Amino acid sequence: MYNPYLKPGLKLSFIVLILFCSPLSWADRVPLVAAAASVKFALQDIAEAFHRDTGKEIRISYASSGNLTRQIQQGAPFELFLSANHAYVEQLYQQQLTRDHGVIYALGRLVLLTPNESSLALDGQLNGLAQAIQQGRLQRFAIANPKHAPYGRAAREVLRQQGLWKLLKPHLVLGENVAQAAQFVTSGAAQAGLSAYSLALAPALKNTCRIQLIPASRHQPLQQTLVLLHNAGDSARLFFIYLQQDKARAILAHYGYMRP
Amino acid sequence: MDWTALVLSIKLSLTTTLLLLPIGIVFGRWLAYKQFFGKALLQTFLALPLVLPPTVLGYYLLVAFSPNKGLGLWLLQTFGSTLIFNFKGLVLASIIFNLPFAIQPMQRAFAAIPRAIREAAACCGMGPLQVLWKIELPLAWPGIISALVISFAHTLGEFGIVLMVGGSIPGETQTIAIAIYDSVQTFDNPSAAIMSFSLLLFSLITISLTFWLSARYEQTHD
Repeated sequence: MYNPYLKPGLKLSFIVLILFCSPLSWADRVPLVAAAASVKFALQDIAEAFHRDTGKEIRISYASSGNLTRQIQQGAPFELFLSANHAYVEQLYQQQLTRDHGVIYALGRLVLLTPNESSLALDGQLNGLAQAIQQGRLQRFAIANPKHAPYGRAAREVLRQQGLWKLLKPHLVLGENVAQAAQFVTSGAAQAGLSAYSLALAPALKNTCRIQLIPASRHQPLQQTLVLLHNAGDSARLFFIYLQQDKARAILAHYGYMRP
Repeated sequence: MDWTALVLSIKLSLTTTLLLLPIGIVFGRWLAYKQFFGKALLQTFLALPLVLPPTVLGYYLLVAFSPNKGLGLWLLQTFGSTLIFNFKGLVLASIIFNLPFAIQPMQRAFAAIPRAIREAAACCGMGPLQVLWKIELPLAWPGIISALVISFAHTLGEFGIVLMVGGSIPGETQTIAIAIYDSVQTFDNPSAAIMSFSLLLFSLITISLTFWLSARYEQTHD
């Protein structure tokens, strides 16, 4: 029986088969970096500068530090890890998954942010926020999930210290990571939130939100830590060093990070 | 537009679909023609991914292939890599997740072939493979194609399981669906808009294609 439909189908499947055999070749050589979501914009700029200076590329996977830690424990093929706190790196070191204790390369800051059009009064003591809750003017407040995001943990600490945690709890929306918490606020889904200063200074956010820095003394320091993992190659090691040099430090300062 | 993510998604969908083709034909045909002990149970298991939350499957795959013990450890020691956070793992997850989408339409297509035709072919001296190639596949092809199209589209849109089993590694496990999520999270709405619109268009085309195929199929069977 002649079937006109089967033949072209067969031909197509051969073409498809050949297409597959071409791998995404650059994916094999370019080192893979795991980075906390809070450092995204700064790291993009640093990676670009690194590329200009050395001609080398890196691939970066962003998530909350806790999430990345779990992925490393489960064997994810990262070569370098930028955590938003030191504790996760220490935990990995105890499990012999990193080369050493890592290097604290910067200190992160927490900001209170609210969309431009919101009437919320911003202050470092969170008095305006407390008022807004009591007057029922606040429906949703965004933070990163404290279970696996260091900035979420710092946010919880600040809110507890100000005695606002219980009041705010019914209004909380938890971002999967600190970038998502900020996105909840910029999109207007939440009326305010606590996020990373380094994200709030990014061009995409600068124009849509008002921010207020939270005094660094109100929470455990957000020690941004850099650590090489066992399978780190030459490019990853080069980037590890680059991140601690002046050009990278200047970019980090530009995004509001403090020197450790 | 994240081209790497799009290429990766298409590669994942094509691999999954191609691997599901023989699996679907074997199981679909088997379930359509044969009665055997435990058939209902097997069908239940094969239909499970229709109702199972992707995160449940993701969790079990993570547990099964964790490099610290059991199967994952063995894979790591034998092949130097386990199946999570890489492309192969995504293919496995996608195959499992698409089993019902591939098998069920094929099963229906094979079941629709009158028994008399198959018997007549056998009486004419055709072997089972010849019957499959010359009689059954030509008659069942609209069902097979629509099974493949649906599996392809479904893989393209997978999210939860890809994020859990694959992480979000550019060029390796960061598919277009994950890239959309990432760009929304990082305030890059313009690129999220472009990628979402391309996927929307693609899905529309896919669905029209399957409807058109099934309409054709009914015509030829009238």
